[in-house]
Amino acid sequence: MNINLTIIGQAIAFAIFVMFCMKYVWPPITGALAERKKKIAEGLDAAERAQRDLLLAQEKAVENMRESKEQAAAIIEQANKRASQLVDEAKEQARVEAERIKTAAQAEIEQDVNRAKETLRKQVATLVVAGAEKILEKSVDQAAHAQLVDKLAAEL
Amino acid sequence: MASGTVTSSEYISHHLTNLTFGSHPEHGLGFAKTAVEAAEMGFWAINVDTMLWSIGLGVLFTWLFSKVAKSVTAGVPGNTQNFVETLIEFVEDNVSSIFHHKNALIAPLALTIFVWIFLMNTMDLIPVDWIPYIAGQMGIHFMKVVPTTDINATMGMALSVFGLILYYSIKMKGLGGFLGELAFQPLGKWMLPFNLFLEIVGLLAKPISLALRLFGNMYAGEMIFILIALLPFWIQWVLSVPWAIFHILVITLQAFIFMVLTIVYMAMAHEEH
Repeated sequence: MNINLTIIGQAIAFAIFVMFCMKYVWPPITGALAERKKKIAEGLDAAERAQRDLLLAQEKAVENMRESKEQAAAIIEQANKRASQLVDEAKEQARVEAERIKTAAQAEIEQDVNRAKETLRKQVATLVVAGAEKILEKSVDQAAHAQLVDKLAAEL
Repeated sequence: MASGTVTSSEYISHHLTNLTFGSHPEHGLGFAKTAVEAAEMGFWAINVDTMLWSIGLGVLFTWLFSKVAKSVTAGVPGNTQNFVETLIEFVEDNVSSIFHHKNALIAPLALTIFVWIFLMNTMDLIPVDWIPYIAGQMGIHFMKVVPTTDINATMGMALSVFGLILYYSIKMKGLGGFLGELAFQPLGKWMLPFNLFLEIVGLLAKPISLALRLFGNMYAGEMIFILIALLPFWIQWVLSVPWAIFHILVITLQAFIFMVLTIVYMAMAHEEH
């Protein structure tokens, strides 16, 4: 237990270890610690941001869904309206066509009737002349009596 | 107990003597063969065991920590890195809570003090006879394995800290400021001699208390282990085991106290007051 050179040797060793530690041990390790701290902070930040983004996206998705539903409903309604319109139009067209066909048929019938009447009138005239000829037992000048016969035929 | 021919007091003094190398006035250069011879060598002798064990443990510390520092990653740390980081964060917490100036030296200084002293103290837990016995078989007569039970080791560190106290006091406050602090506090300039006396005693007490506290605790602990070793071998564990468990606390606490006081002294050296 004597004070001797060891005291100086120990001081030198101490100084060397401290300097070594200061140069090669402390800075890299504390640097890594600081870097990790930063990384963790960034990670937490990113997580929070992602969560916020997710929430936002969910809201957006719900909004989109709602909008598309509305749109779909509008389209369906429009289609329904258009369909009934088409049906109405078709009905109207059919009605008009039927009217037209009916009119045409009536006109044709009338025409046929007229034609038949005409034919009948002509035949009646001939018949009348033939009858008259028979009655008079003599030939009647057809040309001379045509005016009379025509007048008779028109009265039929 | 080494052998039957050794008395208790011889055994104790044997275990408390360092392996001293130096120049003896009569026997010339060589290892001291007795404690008395070691004392006669005076200042110009060196305790080889203290130096070897302390430097060996210091190298262990720097090797382990620089190995981690080389492969350090900010990602997921391995077991060793985790352990080293825990220590570093512990020291950093202590430093940042006590020392509020910018100085790149203080934290590594504190870390070195804590880990190195802890390792040196831990040698105390190795049963007191093992290493001296092996050394004795190899022809080395004295072998004290706990460097902190050597006043030279603790005083060497304390004086280094004292040097840093003086250096930073003068650097931060100027020579005038430092001397003024010694002369004009606490009682003003009319009590200058009294102030000077008080402050210088206070200043000198710092390294001495640092050195003696550590030395005293470890020396006493070692002494108890040696005394326990004098008991019959089958009963030793009854005392040595509880004492060793208690000593784990002392070991850590003393390393911690040395570190914290160093930080406090450094902070005081940096502050005007």
